[in-house]
Amino acid sequence: MAPSRNDLNAAIAVTRFGLGARQGEIAQASRNLRAYLMDQIRSEGADLPQGDRETTAQRLVEFRAYRQGIEQAKATAAMSDTAQDPVKGAQDLIRENTGGDSLARTRLAVATEAGFRERWALFWANHFTVSATKAQVATLVGPYEAEAIRPHVFGRFADLLTAAETHPAMLLYLDQAQSMGPNSPAARAAARGATRRAQADIPPPRRGTGLNENLAREILELHTVGIDGGYSQADVTEFARALTGLSVAGPRDFDAATPVVFRDLAHEPGDRTVMGARYSQPGRAQAGAILRDLAAKPQTARFVCTKIARHFVADDPPAALVSALASVWIASGGDLARVAEALVDAPDAWRPDLSKFKTPYEFVVSSYRALGLQPRGPGQLAILTTLGQRTFAAPSPKGWPDEAGPWIGSDALVKRMQFAQALAVAAGPNIQDPDMLARETLGAHLSTASATAISRAESRAEAVAILLMTPEFQRR
Amino acid sequence: MTGPILLNRRALTAGLALPFFARVAEAAAPRSKKFVVIICRGGMDGLSVAPPVGDPDYEGLRGGLALGEGALTLDGHFALNPALTTVHALARAGQARIAPAVASPDRARSHFEAQDVLETGAADVYATASGWLNRTVSALSATRKIEALSVGATAPLILRGPAPAASWSPGRGVDTTARLPTLLQDLYRDDPLLGPALARGLQTEDMARTTGATRTADMLRPAAAQGRGIAREMGVALAGFLNAPDGPQLAAVSVDGFDTHANQTGALAGRLGALDALIEGLHSGLGAEWSNTVVLAVTEFGRTARANGTGGTDHGTASTALLLGGALKPGGIVGDWPTLRQPALFENRDVAPTLDLRALSKGLLAEHMGVDRRALDTLIFPDSASTRPLVGLV
Repeated sequence: MAPSRNDLNAAIAVTRFGLGARQGEIAQASRNLRAYLMDQIRSEGADLPQGDRETTAQRLVEFRAYRQGIEQAKATAAMSDTAQDPVKGAQDLIRENTGGDSLARTRLAVATEAGFRERWALFWANHFTVSATKAQVATLVGPYEAEAIRPHVFGRFADLLTAAETHPAMLLYLDQAQSMGPNSPAARAAARGATRRAQADIPPPRRGTGLNENLAREILELHTVGIDGGYSQADVTEFARALTGLSVAGPRDFDAATPVVFRDLAHEPGDRTVMGARYSQPGRAQAGAILRDLAAKPQTARFVCTKIARHFVADDPPAALVSALASVWIASGGDLARVAEALVDAPDAWRPDLSKFKTPYEFVVSSYRALGLQPRGPGQLAILTTLGQRTFAAPSPKGWPDEAGPWIGSDALVKRMQFAQALAVAAGPNIQDPDMLARETLGAHLSTASATAISRAESRAEAVAILLMTPEFQRR
Repeated sequence: MTGPILLNRRALTAGLALPFFARVAEAAAPRSKKFVVIICRGGMDGLSVAPPVGDPDYEGLRGGLALGEGALTLDGHFALNPALTTVHALARAGQARIAPAVASPDRARSHFEAQDVLETGAADVYATASGWLNRTVSALSATRKIEALSVGATAPLILRGPAPAASWSPGRGVDTTARLPTLLQDLYRDDPLLGPALARGLQTEDMARTTGATRTADMLRPAAAQGRGIAREMGVALAGFLNAPDGPQLAAVSVDGFDTHANQTGALAGRLGALDALIEGLHSGLGAEWSNTVVLAVTEFGRTARANGTGGTDHGTASTALLLGGALKPGGIVGDWPTLRQPALFENRDVAPTLDLRALSKGLLAEHMGVDRRALDTLIFPDSASTRPLVGLV
């Protein structure tokens, strides 16, 4: 018997919009599909993972203390004698903090009854990627998501953009913290010092005293208007000049109330022109005005809505869906709650075919959800490293790819199979009836061939492993 | 070995379709020619890979980043980064060369667009969705059995596409007694994505057991193995696959982390150390087969000629490619050196490109792998007939 359209939509709501079905979830969603999704959209933003709740300021202090310890130990050459090796201490700190944060985030994704809300938050965290591949920011990625991303995901895009770009983690990740206007008072003083040092034959300081265009370029290319948004190298440089001064408080900034500081002395003086608009604001307001203008550009609406449609619906998203989202974005002034609602109400988002192949994170999270398990320690998430998606450690500012291609290598599929085998064994006594489990997990998506293969398995563990590896469970 | 091959070639040119000869030829075909692409992601700073120590403008532009006495001398003009000890030893033996001003056709200075163009082999971004090494598999499959493999957790674009390609990364190996792989292959029978991928993955795992790559994986698991050690073992593992009787002739592997906007000297030494160790592992693992091998190490773009304000460099244009392998002809630099004189810089900021990366790749595919010109000009590097293959390298 062909499934009813409502049954199919319930499966879509829970697996494509959400993070995969927990037992009973599809049935629950099917009672009032629209409300099931719409009720997850809320002005206060996404949920916060239950980690140690340390703030960016606390993490910065800890990390600096360890780094100072390393410097001191090097200076005294006493590393081997001390009880606590500071290099190892710093490594342990990074491992514990990021491991704890990523575990807390995964546990939230596994447990949440608001899978759509969490997926929406994960989309934005990935859009504004800060990656732990840079040691300096490794312990900050968790606090960054909690402070800059999650509170704003159903607010105005301009606010989310500003929160993300001015967070210490982003300023450090994309090298903004040390960028300095070439004609700023600080750079001029440094140049005078350099002349004196050269005369006295003293080596130059390790830190540079000039412009770094990394953040400016990635804001334009990745976070707002996109590569085809109509900006030039000159716009990148001008924007980078406007951003100078925006930095992170160091040990010498005793009176800094927040970890983000604006150093007037490092700011490039003068007006700036970015994408045809002139900015004559003083100091920090200059970059703020540029960010607000970028957020409001129609290219930004188009670029980001294409990414939303690609994430939720298809690698090659339907043009009508992108247009529908972008027009709501523009009409609402970038109100992300309205955009999320428009996605729910878009017929294209409910296409019955399962066109999205799950990323490793989605596969792992949905597997735990299906089996009613929770990862208990960071070690249990090693599979994500194996599959190339270690949490918080995207390979570049572009974030994790959202298309099937990079994730569907032959090796990756073998490794998913091994994970499925191991998790099925771990689930063991949790699972009474694998056939029922398959129906609860996949709903109307469960194919006859898959149901037959599961029912013919020679053990519960084999049946559960097959379920997790069915073509329909691998997709959403 | 050579007898049947010559015979078969003659038979083929004579237009004879003799199944017996064809079978003999397949068994003994010169499948031993190997081509490996190493993609250095993030925009590798060519001026730090092979510093032009003899260029009068080099030290002035680079300031504190200039490599002086520690650099490994190649000739009077160029040296190698101190981290590239294996590459240096190979260069001394005539088995490594530098191409110091190479660029893809892309000029956007965007990592992502540039990596796309580098890997698709197209003249423009988004012009094609498959990789040029994948289409090389398609082109060569018409005449002989050809296999391709990527090493790493995710499948790189350069090998994605319609032709089958395997991937491998260290793991714990497949339980050969479990029924699951067979059951899943049956379930995936009509699935165009999962079916072929799983079949190929299982084949590669079989090969890993016989080549010893699985042992490599065991060695990689302890947390103690880090940095250079891991990269070397990956090289050895890849060499094991390349040496296997049914192993791949084409391979791709990535080294990440070259986006050095700030305080770059130390970070770059680490990444180049990993690249060098990967090459060391390949070289030692391949043994005698090194003489049948060409390795091409490339990046999406180079970096600014001038050091930036934060002890690093920003996105630029031309960079240095490395050519390695026992099949290489000895020689000096590949392509011209544009110099670092201010008017010679591209847009007054970057090393100017003098060599199209496609010309270099086409030359190696033509002369080393025997890909015909038409396939190179149209299929593998679309619309590139005007970019002639750079010949005489092997």
